[in-house]
Amino acid sequence: MSLEDEVEVLRSIPLFANLAPAKLKLLGFTSERVVFSRGQELCRQGEVGDAAYVIIEGSADIVVDTPGGELSVAQVERNSIVGEIAILCDVPRTATVRALSELQTLKITKDRFLSLTTEFPEVAVEVMRVLAQRLAATTAELTDVRKQLQERDG
Amino acid sequence: MDHSLFRYVWSHTKKDQGWILMVVLLSMPTYFLFFDLPKQIVNGPIQGGGFETEGATASFLRIAFDVPSWISPAGRVEIFSGFELDRFGYLVAMSMVFLLLVCINGLFKFYINTFKGRLGERTLRRLRFDLVDRIMRFPASHVRRMRAPEAATMVKDEIEPLGAFIGDAFIQPVFVGGQAITVMVFIMVQSVWLGLIALVIVLFQAVIIPRLRHELLRLNKRRQLLARELAGRVGEVVDTVADIHVNDASNFERADISSRLARIFLIRYELYQRKFFIKFLNNFLAQITPFLFYLIGGYFAIRGEMDIGQLIAVIAAYKDLPAPIRELILWDQRRLDVQIKYSQVMDQFSPEEMLERDKQAVHTDAVAPLTGDIAVSNLGIVDDTGGELVSRLTFKLPLTQASAALGKANSGAESVCEVLAGLVTPTSGQCRIGDANLSDLPEYVTGRRIGYVGAEIYLRQASVRDNLLYSLRHAPLRPRDYDEKEARERERFVRDARSAGNSELDVRASWEDLEAAGVGDEHELGARIYEIFNLVDLADEMFVLGLRGRIDPDQHPGLVARLVEARKKLRQALEHPDLAQLVEPFDAGAYNDQATVAENLLFGTAIGDALSEAGLASNAYLQTVLAQAGLDARLFEMGRGIATTVVEIFADLSPDHPLFEQLSFMEADEIPVYDTVLKRNASTDFAAAGAEDRAMLQKLAFGYVEPQYRLSLLDAEMKTALLAARKAFRDGLPEDLGGAIAFYDAERYNAAATVQDNILLGRIAYGMANGAQRVNEEIGRIVDELDLRAAIFDVGLDFDVGIGGRRLTVVQRQKLGLARALVKRPDYVIVNRIFASLDEGQQAAILRRVLDFVKTMHDGRAAGVFWALAAPRLADLFDHAQVYEGGRLVEQGRPDALAKKSGAYSRLLEAG
Repeated sequence: MSLEDEVEVLRSIPLFANLAPAKLKLLGFTSERVVFSRGQELCRQGEVGDAAYVIIEGSADIVVDTPGGELSVAQVERNSIVGEIAILCDVPRTATVRALSELQTLKITKDRFLSLTTEFPEVAVEVMRVLAQRLAATTAELTDVRKQLQERDG
Repeated sequence: MDHSLFRYVWSHTKKDQGWILMVVLLSMPTYFLFFDLPKQIVNGPIQGGGFETEGATASFLRIAFDVPSWISPAGRVEIFSGFELDRFGYLVAMSMVFLLLVCINGLFKFYINTFKGRLGERTLRRLRFDLVDRIMRFPASHVRRMRAPEAATMVKDEIEPLGAFIGDAFIQPVFVGGQAITVMVFIMVQSVWLGLIALVIVLFQAVIIPRLRHELLRLNKRRQLLARELAGRVGEVVDTVADIHVNDASNFERADISSRLARIFLIRYELYQRKFFIKFLNNFLAQITPFLFYLIGGYFAIRGEMDIGQLIAVIAAYKDLPAPIRELILWDQRRLDVQIKYSQVMDQFSPEEMLERDKQAVHTDAVAPLTGDIAVSNLGIVDDTGGELVSRLTFKLPLTQASAALGKANSGAESVCEVLAGLVTPTSGQCRIGDANLSDLPEYVTGRRIGYVGAEIYLRQASVRDNLLYSLRHAPLRPRDYDEKEARERERFVRDARSAGNSELDVRASWEDLEAAGVGDEHELGARIYEIFNLVDLADEMFVLGLRGRIDPDQHPGLVARLVEARKKLRQALEHPDLAQLVEPFDAGAYNDQATVAENLLFGTAIGDALSEAGLASNAYLQTVLAQAGLDARLFEMGRGIATTVVEIFADLSPDHPLFEQLSFMEADEIPVYDTVLKRNASTDFAAAGAEDRAMLQKLAFGYVEPQYRLSLLDAEMKTALLAARKAFRDGLPEDLGGAIAFYDAERYNAAATVQDNILLGRIAYGMANGAQRVNEEIGRIVDELDLRAAIFDVGLDFDVGIGGRRLTVVQRQKLGLARALVKRPDYVIVNRIFASLDEGQQAAILRRVLDFVKTMHDGRAAGVFWALAAPRLADLFDHAQVYEGGRLVEQGRPDALAKKSGAYSRLLEAG
């Protein structure tokens, strides 16, 4: 898997999709490739995170702790990103991510990502745009849910 | 030591000076004959004096004296009638005598000069030794005021000219003075008038020159002081270089140094001017005399009142007069010069109240343990500025008790530690241990029975081991076994040391006091060191240093064999599927993806610069190997590929951007350079590229690791070519590069690589989550399985701590200091505010272990502790606590009892 392929993977992730190719290359080149073997944890719920992982190959399980034990909430595969909130602000991990098979990832640390945004404000604007879209989507969903609740209660 | 150099030299070299004086006097007659002979040769056989008649002979070597007539009626006694020789024979005989005298004179000179040289060096050796000896006996206050580089300059450089002078101190005036007098007498004998002329001019020189030199000496003195200060400042610049950086003070320092150099320059320049003026005057006066000789002597010769032979002899003799006179003047100048240097150095080295010599006597017997209590009464300490550090302290502590001293910074606890350790002499009151006053105890008692460690530790530049065992090296206890040759050298050393007043102790003997350490032999000592390093929490760090250390296989054949065994075990362990991907071992027949291209080519560890990373691209042999494989051009293209990508990616980034830290093979400021190289070679291939560009691009390729940079620049075919080149490189390695590389070999230990790299013999794979940590755990497991931990720890003890110990952290230095105080098993351990930067938990863990150890240190008998704590809460680990406030002892007692009262102790604990 070469740098060119990594750039392709990065481009397929909405957060980075609209960045200029040169910036994606820089992000890819300065990020570390990390391989997890089956069963290893990328991050653990409740711990403070400092990196996001772009999954290049393999699949991982996202699990959350519940009073009744662990609950698998989703699975992620190639071309997805996990833990991206951690590279934008300091919040504890909201879930545990565990490799389901041998997992090839690109580790994007907070420091490196932030230094990229300070050097190239257009990156920050792009990220902001994606986040705003997400917020709009989430708000819409919330409104939807509220409406449904009201309908049920009313 | 005497303040007059002459008295110092005379008192130590009387006998030698006397002997050499005798030799000099002995050489005088031949010297006189040597001057007389030319005249005899010219007047006799050459001009025919005494050979006026045909067939006349002269008697050679006739020995006869004129004696009073009551001894012999003839008025003459003939001891040897001599050989009768004709004119030519006589010439040959006289010339031979001349040659003989040349030889004798030369040998005399040779002997005298060698003897003088030895005498000078010996006295210099004595003087240097005395000076260093004095430094160790200075009162502490005097040492504090001294700048180390200045003291070093004085001992090393400033007294250096003394060495050359000491040999001449007494001999030179006698020798050259004797020569001058000989010449003068000779001239006088030949002609009183000419003699008087020479004498007058010589006297004139003797009066005028020293006057001119007065100013010269004053300037020299100033120059010496300035140069010494400069040395001190340079030392300061080195010591405070960090402060210079953080305060942007470098230009101020530049200005300061520049102004000092300017002053030294001006003084030197003036010195030169004056010196050469004096030289000019001297030469002028010296040439005046022959002028008068020619004029006046010629006049006498023409009038026939003096024969020509005589005049020639006088002029020939005079040729030898300016030299001795000049040397006499020079001698006098050097005399004054070195006297000034000597007395200036002595001023610095003669403080009042030096430690008596007895207190540092060599004591080879065991020293009896201290007994009784420590009793401090009415103790007061005043510092240099007159400030009171502690006042009116009175307390008593049993020698076997563990006491904690508490208080804020500078509350007095620190000063009490220093007094108890004998570092500071009380201004008033006293401190007694048992029956003895602490300040009366010699260092061989305090230095062995009391252990001290303070926060500021300056270690010697040596291994960790040497620094640790320093506290056991009091006297040469076991002589070293020498073979015959070494024994002779040792004898000679003792002889020389004795005659130079130096220490005769053998620095190569075994100095370690094993008994004091409580062990029977070196092996047990090793175990004891391990135990103590565990106490102070330094053993693991030493183990890590050991892993990073290198060992000489010849000295540790057993260990390297076991390390190779550990390597094999690790390789087996790495076959387990969980670990298999973590390490890629070095395999002679396979390309190692995790290693750089250069490492794959060399397949070994570079020794020295020839094959180091920096020198590789310009190594001629490697280039030939690469050229033969056609790889030189391909690596060049590969470098071009790397440079293109990097320049493209990083071009917009400002040079100080943190992302540059990710770029290991290029510096930020190299980007534009590579940009230029790329543009310059845009349409040229390897063959057409310049040598420098070739090297620059190849350098990038050499450092390339595919999994790290992922530029897809290494295909299988390229790897095969590199493998072939690896083999060719090794097979054809020229002899002169044989020592520049240690090849990897699964069966052999690689002396050039670290212990860890030897165990690993491979590269930890890039990008494996927690890879390095998991590999290290595995290495740790195997090391323990093979019981190698202590041996690798031992390798760590050979770690060089650097100047002042700067290669260790402050805490490591403090731990080493504590270990050093413990290893000699003193009766009382004093610890002064160390570990302030450790958290309380870490401090407590070390404290507990140390206090436990001390309780049974002397085979069951307890030693006492006095510990000025950095964290007051830890006082409850002790039997007794003292609380200091403003230089007074305000509270003391059992910690648990003190905690119940609402006194100073409780206040301190609350303050945290």
